[in-house]
Amino acid sequence: MRVIDYAVKIRVKPDNSGVVTDGVKHSMNPFCEIAVEEAVKLKEKKLVKEVVAVSCGPQQSQETIRTALAMGADRGIYVEVSGKDYESLGPLQVSKIMAALAKKEEAQLIILGKQAIDDDCNQTGQMTAALLDWPQGTFASEVSLDGDNVKVVREIDGGLETIRINTPAVLTADLRLNTPRYATLPNIMKAKKKKIANVKPADLGVDLTSRLEVLRVDEPPQRQAGMKVETVEDLVAKLKDAGRV
Amino acid sequence: MSVGAQTSILYFLVSERRAASFVCDMANPLKGEVIRLYKTLLYLGREYPKGAAYFRERLKFAFMKNKDETDPEKIKQLVARGDHVIKELEALYFLRKYRAMKKRYYEPEN
Repeated sequence: MRVIDYAVKIRVKPDNSGVVTDGVKHSMNPFCEIAVEEAVKLKEKKLVKEVVAVSCGPQQSQETIRTALAMGADRGIYVEVSGKDYESLGPLQVSKIMAALAKKEEAQLIILGKQAIDDDCNQTGQMTAALLDWPQGTFASEVSLDGDNVKVVREIDGGLETIRINTPAVLTADLRLNTPRYATLPNIMKAKKKKIANVKPADLGVDLTSRLEVLRVDEPPQRQAGMKVETVEDLVAKLKDAGRV
Repeated sequence: MSVGAQTSILYFLVSERRAASFVCDMANPLKGEVIRLYKTLLYLGREYPKGAAYFRERLKFAFMKNKDETDPEKIKQLVARGDHVIKELEALYFLRKYRAMKKRYYEPEN
């Protein structure tokens, strides 16, 4: 999916209603790049027949699909969402769209990034699996497809967990899953021949109304300057002053 | 096609004419190689940390420096060096992104 580029310095809008996006560089979500790379790798190993790249959003989302095509996806599906609908587009809406598309395309595997670096929800994969009643392998750092099931090594707080789930399934990509290839110019030129289908959410029977309302967006508090002290006694005195001890 | 994509392609066409003057007296396949190299590097340079303009200046300077080269062997070497730079840039971009993601999303390893 298309997000503000990771290297851009984010600015909050003066009215605190959101973040400045006009004229700001956007690119594919880093975790989604890893997801696309994994899908293309599976195709190169001849374990899957076709890779379809999907993105929902305004017209510029098609550029993100083109990047996926340049990385090796076979065709793209662009779901047109703009204006107010786009502002309230969140994991629930996207997962409804993904579920509808998965049924329509008879997909065997859905691979997503584990979370978007703009909203950090980490929900779309899980919601999609729930809507489809498919098993899920989230935070995947290793994926082995074997016939009608998938072995997934997951990154969890305690370390790694290995599970085996049946296909069709939903996977979400974690940072260490693979190293995404760069979409170089020759590949982008070749990818221009690949098709991107245009779909509207209404065609899929998806209702985009959001149950969430963003009340306010604020910058994180500025870091206070540090203070240097000479002795331990000084440190204790300062802590007492600040009411911390 | 978005405005951004259109202006990029216009730029490539313009620079193709300039690149053509870099390689006047050589065999045709090499000329194509050099132009391909220039365009690919230019495209990669858009994401350069110090800015696309900075990169473009240095790229053009580097190519102009060798524009009178006629020895096919030397030219092949220079093109190979350019391909190496492409790989270095890709690695740079990947590492930058990987490190930023690691720093933002994962606990520091002690």
